[in-house]
Amino acid sequence: MKPLLRLDGVTHRFGGVVALDRIAFALGEGEIVGLIGPNGAGKTTLVNVITGVHRLSAGHVYFNDERIDGLKPDRIARRGIARTFQIVQPFPRMTVAENVAAAALFAGHAGSIPEANRAALEHLEFCGLLSQAAKPASSLTLAGRKRLELAKSLALKPKLLFLDEVNAGLNHSEMDHALELIRAIAARGVTIVLIEHLMKVVMKASTRVVVLHHGQLIADGHPAQVIADPHVIEAYLGRSYAAEHFAGEPA
Amino acid sequence: MSGRVVIGLLAAAAAALALGLAADNYVLRLATTVGMYAALTWSWNLIGGYAGYPSFATAAFFGLGAYAAGVLQTSGLPFGLAWPLAGLTVAVFAGLLGGAILHLRGHYFAIASLVVADVLREVTNVWTGVTGGGMGLSLPLLSLGGVNGQARFYFTAMLMMAALGLGISWLVERSRLGVALRCIEQNEDAAQVIGVDTRACKVAVFMLSGMLAGATGAVYASWVTYIDPTDVYDVLLSVKPIVMALIGGVGTLMGPLVGAVVFLGLEELFWRNVLEFHAGLLGLLVVALVLFLPGGLRDMGRYGLLRRLGRFLPWSRKIL
Amino acid sequence: MLYLQVLLNGLALGGLYACIAAGFSLVWGVLNVINIMHGSLIVLGAYLAFFAHQVFGINPFLFAPVAGLVLFAIAYPLQKLVINPVMGRPVLITLTLTFGLNLFLDNLMLKFFQADFRKITFDPPLGVFNLGGLLVPVDRVMATATGLALVGALWLLLRNTQLGRAIIAVRMDSQAAALMGIDVTRTYALAFALGAFMAGAAGALLSGIFPISPVTSSVYLGKAFVICVLGGLGSIPGVLVGGFALGIIESFGTLVLGPELALTLAFLLLIALLMFRPSGLLGRRGFQ
Repeated sequence: MKPLLRLDGVTHRFGGVVALDRIAFALGEGEIVGLIGPNGAGKTTLVNVITGVHRLSAGHVYFNDERIDGLKPDRIARRGIARTFQIVQPFPRMTVAENVAAAALFAGHAGSIPEANRAALEHLEFCGLLSQAAKPASSLTLAGRKRLELAKSLALKPKLLFLDEVNAGLNHSEMDHALELIRAIAARGVTIVLIEHLMKVVMKASTRVVVLHHGQLIADGHPAQVIADPHVIEAYLGRSYAAEHFAGEPA
Repeated sequence: MSGRVVIGLLAAAAAALALGLAADNYVLRLATTVGMYAALTWSWNLIGGYAGYPSFATAAFFGLGAYAAGVLQTSGLPFGLAWPLAGLTVAVFAGLLGGAILHLRGHYFAIASLVVADVLREVTNVWTGVTGGGMGLSLPLLSLGGVNGQARFYFTAMLMMAALGLGISWLVERSRLGVALRCIEQNEDAAQVIGVDTRACKVAVFMLSGMLAGATGAVYASWVTYIDPTDVYDVLLSVKPIVMALIGGVGTLMGPLVGAVVFLGLEELFWRNVLEFHAGLLGLLVVALVLFLPGGLRDMGRYGLLRRLGRFLPWSRKIL
Repeated sequence: MLYLQVLLNGLALGGLYACIAAGFSLVWGVLNVINIMHGSLIVLGAYLAFFAHQVFGINPFLFAPVAGLVLFAIAYPLQKLVINPVMGRPVLITLTLTFGLNLFLDNLMLKFFQADFRKITFDPPLGVFNLGGLLVPVDRVMATATGLALVGALWLLLRNTQLGRAIIAVRMDSQAAALMGIDVTRTYALAFALGAFMAGAAGALLSGIFPISPVTSSVYLGKAFVICVLGGLGSIPGVLVGGFALGIIESFGTLVLGPELALTLAFLLLIALLMFRPSGLLGRRGFQ
């Protein structure tokens, strides 16, 4: 099966730091992939590079077999890759509905402004924000803003969706809601990459897990496999812990 | 269009008609100036209000349009061709300039746009063969039936420019470009992420702004029949439209008209009497405006004044 | 030999130019306000020095710090009352405000001093240094030397005094600075007043060399812009590099294009720099 997204030797350097070091992997359609790694591992940088926010220093990115590295973010959005931001970025003086409609109008390829408005309401309903449609985006709570981010991303009609820490700052019940939404989105045929700190979420939601550490890909496989991988444990918890608990296994 | 806007427009149209028919030349001249500045403010509002880029390029566009039309007409072209061509020339210039400086934000963009007028002025000064340099350029006088005919003709011409400004603004507000600009103004990075080609949108609106200001400059040149670089590239031509937009409401449809009328009305009423220092008083007005009414006249509601006036004027606009 | 002379002409103004731009860069870097009044403040300083010379016979180069102090005293309350309310507001608002202030000050000066150019004439004239065939007017050397001294003093103040450190802290992160107990509002006012001090002093230095008139205020503002973009914003070394760079560019520009276009050339360079390297020759990131 042809991969939806393929990364080949992707490297990103800035100011003398190698933020991403020859990353290579491929994603197939329909997967839900968890992208994990300790703080500063390069997860958000990777998403930024794929979505055109940062330029690659080396390597290539292919989406549906077409090269997309070097394209600007708006072009990439129009091709069907969407992402949410850790620090949520709405259009503050527009209403919730207008925020989503704008997304539908541009990369969502809506034929007209009224059509974009209609699509917006649908997406808002899907994300449970319909009741807040007429409120200014700046008045939403954090959980609401995260859902708005999600609704906007969906309005882009993405084939591939990067969810960057959608669960940060949410309480348990909000998190469960979020997980349900994620599954519902996947069920619609969207390939999802979840960037997450929370292991519980990653284990529950993903079919596959990829681990970054210091800009390098150190593990890639089934969730249960990956979390037992000593390299991964070492990355999160340090060499001494790993040595202590996995004495005798290759480091 | 909302009912209030329609009423406002009809009232303005009626006033214009009455002026054109009945007024004496002095009043007509004043009204022509209002039309001119309304057009310039609508021009500024496109890039400064809708897109949120604080442009000081209005003087550059205006002056370039004036000289383009002047040079074309002294080469024999009739004004009917010279004016649109001048507008087009400035649009192209704005496109090139925009490509060069619209990636800058905030202060850097403001400075770059401010400096352009200076550069154009100096180039005009030096290119004596074509532009007459510092000695200025005389335009052919159009035979329009005496002083009264002239006054009416130019009043109508500037009215057309103002109408053009309003028309372009109205169309932009309702178009996808308008939505894109509002997104850019509120969060340019987020706009990119949702698929807006921010560069193309900014350049497009800058070109519209340039064309409008340039065409207005062209009409001005014929109106005054003699232009020189210091006159048409004056920085006040960039600053006054901004002040007018601030008064009337930045980023609104009718704000430019309201601002132009209020500002020029004030200027006429008070400062002709204080001739010597009126520019200084203008400075004080600007300071007071920014400190007390940064949102324009509607901020007067804050102070309990003219609350009803504030409600009547069309401030808000739906974007989608 | 000609080129050396032209180069020297440019260098001879470098320190003065650095002084012209230092205050502007400080205010822009710390308050994130482009002070359109800066040119007019320079001209005001020039007039103060001019009258000090006319009436009391005081050498303008020595008078520079006094001119600076007068402007400091004017600028501090000005910032507190008029500019403070718009701190942190969008560029459009702050720029328009300083435009308005500038318009007022410029026209006030026009009203009181008239537009005609005045010039300080030294009696006996200061003359010219002869360095092996290369000529440098003494007045320029004195202006540049004093300018450099003042810029140096500013640099020392920023590095070694509490005020200086407060200014730098506020520049880097005003919220963090506030959390550390720095009175941010007072720091802004002091930084602005310091900027005015430098402007007034620069004006006094200028009056010793060039004819002065309120109509030249925009020229000095323009030079300050260019110097800041050339050298990079918010740093003293940047201002020095920019000042000397502008001096040299103008000097060669005058040689090639004539004096009227020298500043235009600098503006074109400004636009080119903004297009390709907005952080200036030294590459420090400016404020947006």
